[in-house]
Amino acid sequence: MSLPVELRYVKSHEWLKVEGDTVIVGITDYAQDQLGEVVYVELPEVEAGFDSGDELGTLESVKAVSEYLAPVAGEVVEVNERLEDEPNLVNQDPYGDGWLVKMRGSIDSEETLDAAGYEAFLELENS
Amino acid sequence: MHPWVGAGPDDRRHILDELGLNSIDDLFATIPPEVCVDRLDLAPAQDEESVWLAMSRMAMSNLALDCAPSFLGAGVYRHVRPAVVNAVLSRAEFFTSYTPYQPEISQGTLQVIFEFQTLISRLTGLPVANASLYDGATALVEAVLFSHRVLRGRRDVAVVAETVHPMYRRVLDTYAEATGIEIVTVPPNTEGRLDPDRVREAAGDRACCVALQSPNFLGIVEDLPRLAEAAHDGGALAVQVVTEAVSLGLLEGGGTYEFDVVCGEAQSFGVAPGFGGPHLGFFACTEKNIRQMPGRLAGETVDEDGRRAFCLTLSTREQHIRRAKATSNICTNQGLMALAATVWLEAVGGAGLRELATSCLARSEELKRRISALDGPWRLAYPAAPTFNEFLLTGPGDGADLVDRIASEGVLIGVPAAKWGGSWPDGVLVAVTELNTSAEMDALVAALGAVS
Repeated sequence: MSLPVELRYVKSHEWLKVEGDTVIVGITDYAQDQLGEVVYVELPEVEAGFDSGDELGTLESVKAVSEYLAPVAGEVVEVNERLEDEPNLVNQDPYGDGWLVKMRGSIDSEETLDAAGYEAFLELENS
Repeated sequence: MHPWVGAGPDDRRHILDELGLNSIDDLFATIPPEVCVDRLDLAPAQDEESVWLAMSRMAMSNLALDCAPSFLGAGVYRHVRPAVVNAVLSRAEFFTSYTPYQPEISQGTLQVIFEFQTLISRLTGLPVANASLYDGATALVEAVLFSHRVLRGRRDVAVVAETVHPMYRRVLDTYAEATGIEIVTVPPNTEGRLDPDRVREAAGDRACCVALQSPNFLGIVEDLPRLAEAAHDGGALAVQVVTEAVSLGLLEGGGTYEFDVVCGEAQSFGVAPGFGGPHLGFFACTEKNIRQMPGRLAGETVDEDGRRAFCLTLSTREQHIRRAKATSNICTNQGLMALAATVWLEAVGGAGLRELATSCLARSEELKRRISALDGPWRLAYPAAPTFNEFLLTGPGDGADLVDRIASEGVLIGVPAAKWGGSWPDGVLVAVTELNTSAEMDALVAALGAVS
């Protein structure tokens, strides 16, 4: 299971990456593995505003539908439109082409985990 | 209480006490008094056969629609019902089965649903149709809630034509009140049709949908292309409701004119007109919005040996998986009636449906001509409006009175049009189908002459 060290993580299994004044959001390798093959990604609208912890959209896999949450507060500036036709990019490349949303906002380091912190959280959750 | 012996006086008292009521009448207080019978003229204790006889004699005082010329419509229509429909319907494999919990075990049921969806899709001009809903009224409700979801709950207004069946609008009001959706009603113009400019104005940029019926409650065919445009101009979805499904044999479904939803009532397809139902709702939409569609959906697939097979698909929208976040609380379908419609449509066939619809239109036009030619007080309320198989007739007195007077001549002329309110003249909605013979039309015209 891959956990890039340059990313931040939240306990609801999203990853975050700062890029200028935006934050790129996706779901972790662990989350995509738990979901199974993703067949549909419901994306938020560009310019829609969210609070941290709000539902951004849903991921539909062959066995379930799960919500993914906004790890930061802010406005959506871009969504990954490739996912409309290729939803399983979320499975194939969760930290790259399978990104979900770019939001304007900043990361609160208190509320987020580094790779080691997230790994420890996963171990705790699965123990 | 004994599990299968009826409740005695003490049990009744106990139940009423629990409910905080004084009498059985209090329990049924919501039933309008005018539809209640004070008492039946029956001896207090009689054998079963005597009661049957007495009740049958009483029933003979009804003017039943299968033994009198009937022009009743207003949402429920009489059409041919080939014997094959009931023959298939009454097969135990279909008749007694409940929705299977492992649906793929019932390939026959799924194939029927798949065929029903295919037929509805072709008739409505939209690529996807669901496995059916309870009736036309709840189909309209689902269409409004669907539109609200598609626009992500940001638009809390639904524009609804006043010429959508008034009973459908009442069902919608009940749901809208509970979900916080404001209903804005647009009345028809002097031609009995919806004016696209008034629709555009009512919708503004805050409506999630514009819902209209065509042919409308007054039987009039609406200008679908311009109304779809009026809805879309302000960013609302365009919803067409159909109460006379046979019209789709002749008129293009709204999907052809960019409507986002075409839904309604398919009772005309092989379901007998019964007092209180059963009815058959249908719902079709665009592929883009399929994940917001309510209800079940059967899909075509292949089994492990590559053979054609059917499955329930996109179930993740549904309640058994998504719980409170399901698209709607409908997680079943009107299976048996959908089967009736499927068998009916497949027996009648595409060319047959067109022929049948053409016959409805031709007979309706003939009756309009004959009534207009009468030297009497009878008028078509909207003489210039294009209708399919139903029209509004006015005369002296109100609609209910006219219905009674014609019934005394042995003819069921139609349904009083202002019974549930409405900005149109009080008259009678007269529906004509392929079952109304020339002799029946003669009887109606003679009855109108007799009461003039």
